[in-house]
Amino acid sequence: MDSPLILSSSPHIRDDVSISKIMWTVNIALLPALLGSLWFFGLRALWLEVVGILAAVGTEGLLQKLMKRPLTIYDGSAVITGLLLSFNLPAGVPLWMPAVGSVIAIAIGKQVFGGLGFNPLNPALLGRAFLMASWPVHMTTDWIPTRYGTMNGIDTVTRATPLKVYQLARDYLSAHQGVSPEQLAQAKATLASLPHAYRNLFCGNVSGSLGEISFFLLFVGAFLLFIKGYIGWRIPFSFIGTVALGAWIFGGSQGLFTGDPLFHILAGGLALGAFFMATDMVTSPVTPKGKLLFGFGCGLITILIRLVGGYPEGVSYSILLMNLVVPLLDRYTKPRRLGEMRG
Amino acid sequence: MKKRSFKGGAHPPAKKGLTAKSPIAAMPLPEEVILPLSQHIGAPAKPLVKPKDRVKTGQKIAEAGGFVSVPLHSSISGTVKEIGEFPHPTLGLSLAIKVEGDGGDEWDEEVKERANYSGLTPQELREIIKEAGIAGMGGAAFPTHVKLSPPQEKPIDTFILNGAECEPWFTADQRLMLENGEGILEGMRLIMKVLGCQKGYIGIETNKGEAIKNLQKLASPYGYEVIPLKVKYPQGGEKQLIKAITGREVPLGGLPMDVGCVVHNVGTAYAVYEAVAKGKPLIERVVTVTGNPVKNPQNLRTRLGTPFAKLLEECGGTMAEVGKLINGGPMMGIAVETNGVPVIKGTSGVLVLSPKEARYRKPRPCIYCGRCIDACPMGLMPNVIGNLVEKEKFAEAKEYGVFDCIECGSCSFVCPAKRNLVHLFKYAKAKLAQMRES
Repeated sequence: MDSPLILSSSPHIRDDVSISKIMWTVNIALLPALLGSLWFFGLRALWLEVVGILAAVGTEGLLQKLMKRPLTIYDGSAVITGLLLSFNLPAGVPLWMPAVGSVIAIAIGKQVFGGLGFNPLNPALLGRAFLMASWPVHMTTDWIPTRYGTMNGIDTVTRATPLKVYQLARDYLSAHQGVSPEQLAQAKATLASLPHAYRNLFCGNVSGSLGEISFFLLFVGAFLLFIKGYIGWRIPFSFIGTVALGAWIFGGSQGLFTGDPLFHILAGGLALGAFFMATDMVTSPVTPKGKLLFGFGCGLITILIRLVGGYPEGVSYSILLMNLVVPLLDRYTKPRRLGEMRG
Repeated sequence: MKKRSFKGGAHPPAKKGLTAKSPIAAMPLPEEVILPLSQHIGAPAKPLVKPKDRVKTGQKIAEAGGFVSVPLHSSISGTVKEIGEFPHPTLGLSLAIKVEGDGGDEWDEEVKERANYSGLTPQELREIIKEAGIAGMGGAAFPTHVKLSPPQEKPIDTFILNGAECEPWFTADQRLMLENGEGILEGMRLIMKVLGCQKGYIGIETNKGEAIKNLQKLASPYGYEVIPLKVKYPQGGEKQLIKAITGREVPLGGLPMDVGCVVHNVGTAYAVYEAVAKGKPLIERVVTVTGNPVKNPQNLRTRLGTPFAKLLEECGGTMAEVGKLINGGPMMGIAVETNGVPVIKGTSGVLVLSPKEARYRKPRPCIYCGRCIDACPMGLMPNVIGNLVEKEKFAEAKEYGVFDCIECGSCSFVCPAKRNLVHLFKYAKAKLAQMRES
């Protein structure tokens, strides 16, 4: 034979699924939501997203050059981080915010730990948490109405996101004093009117963070990832299911089991979080049972923050907190081996 | 058709089309053969001949080196040239007997058909099988008579004939089931007589519909049941096959006999039939010679000891450069160093990959996608074990079940980071064995 034969261990063939194929497919799955953000918020959304992506990719490349590590900016993972970070920002924030957020996400959230695969926390969510702590006013008030609708999809009066409206109403209802009978009646009316927002929430015709508004467009992308086998059903199912159950049982104004689960599923960042961020491979459990528990924990913390916490929304903190227990979940949910007798 | 299966597994492209329709062709007699003394799991055979001795086809030239061992027979007639180290398809270099052929193929007088073998007792049958040098022909080459000697306290109630042939590319078993179904079933009956068990199953993946039909037709008088199996790798793994067909799970670290089962490959059953009915020791087998670079891929009935180079020559050679030459399939086969290695008892096929197909893919760190966990047919966490082995944490790797790994390759196959997981597991097993000895 002319050239020496290649000698290496079995198997001798490999699936064509690679890290970059998975990552770029996730980016494609995020495209519907990206187009939605353009449709609802105009060109401004695109600039924020482009800045977020460029900052993320640039930071990754620069740090890898500095640390003399293999360059991985083409694998699509930094693009996802930049895009998700900008998806988590109110549409009215200044342009430097996605840049700062992405730099922090990649530098502190990912490269400090050794790059893709070693980060314990979802980098985009860490970047968002940093922005939230540093510029809380921008992060909680820079909302702008969509081009074709209202701020909250219910009425045109209130300058607040759907979940904020919901939170205010609940605050009035739970306050023991200082609330006028009119305010009380209005709060009850607001809660009763939530179903009117379903349609707008489903399509995305409400104010909110860039990429979170449309349940439908996010679901389309998630469905693609599900078909490709890049995300499973367990995390989104147990996450969303837990939020819905909690909202139904504890979220109403007329006592237990009077809440509006559909509103809680559609509003805020639950779809973006449950489909695209809680399912991040690196920072979620690998075992089937671990995934169910992880989604359950995310849902529990989310509904806890939404119903009794200080913030109207709790998706991103719930995922960050649950990221921290992933190693533990994996350790205590080892699959049963074939032929293993337990108990 | 009801399809049974197991949990986990992978779906490598089957690629069986290249040879599925090609009938088994007889490979011309090789001019010389290299017959390694280790063609089976267990002690190497001990030579009974010396250089310049005349040997005949089927003549015993080495005796079993212990209970877990099998004798070896010359696969051609001619003269012993040398007993020394020769390239071996799975062991690198190994002691072998080289026989130069006389072109005559003169058979040993001992090889005689048995006109009537129905009166043979299980003990006599077992002895015949042992003396015929039969070792598992699915690839692992475990001495067949050992598997047919379960201890008293392990009663066997079920025999499973393994016709799954789940390795991609290969069709040798498939062709054998189509062309020699009668012999296979007769071999199965003999094996079941040795084991004294009643229930007989034949497991075949549904992508071999003709083989299923043929064996269904032939098996009905025997009362054996053909079980169509889902096309999923590694469906032919012993433990996976038992689980799919009987629902029983072989306990961790245990053997099929612990759950009353014995499994043999269809090729082994055919060899048993030939040994008992025709008095023929194991000196030839069917080998699929295939791969994209091979000009004319086909199934060849070839004498043991035939160098791979001769097989490739018979298949018209290779059209493109050869990247990898493999003894066995793409999932579990062993890459060989030279085309001078011979066909041995466990060589179910020879696969040629182009340099592009065999190229090295640089592994990246694990991204915890969990695909390997979904694919592992043993329920292990390959990513965790791989990471532990990389950090040389062998004791922890053992806790996570590295010894339960059957090295099927499903995890490495699906890994998007292209991690060489099986390689790491083999390394850990060797290291742990070393640590135990010292």
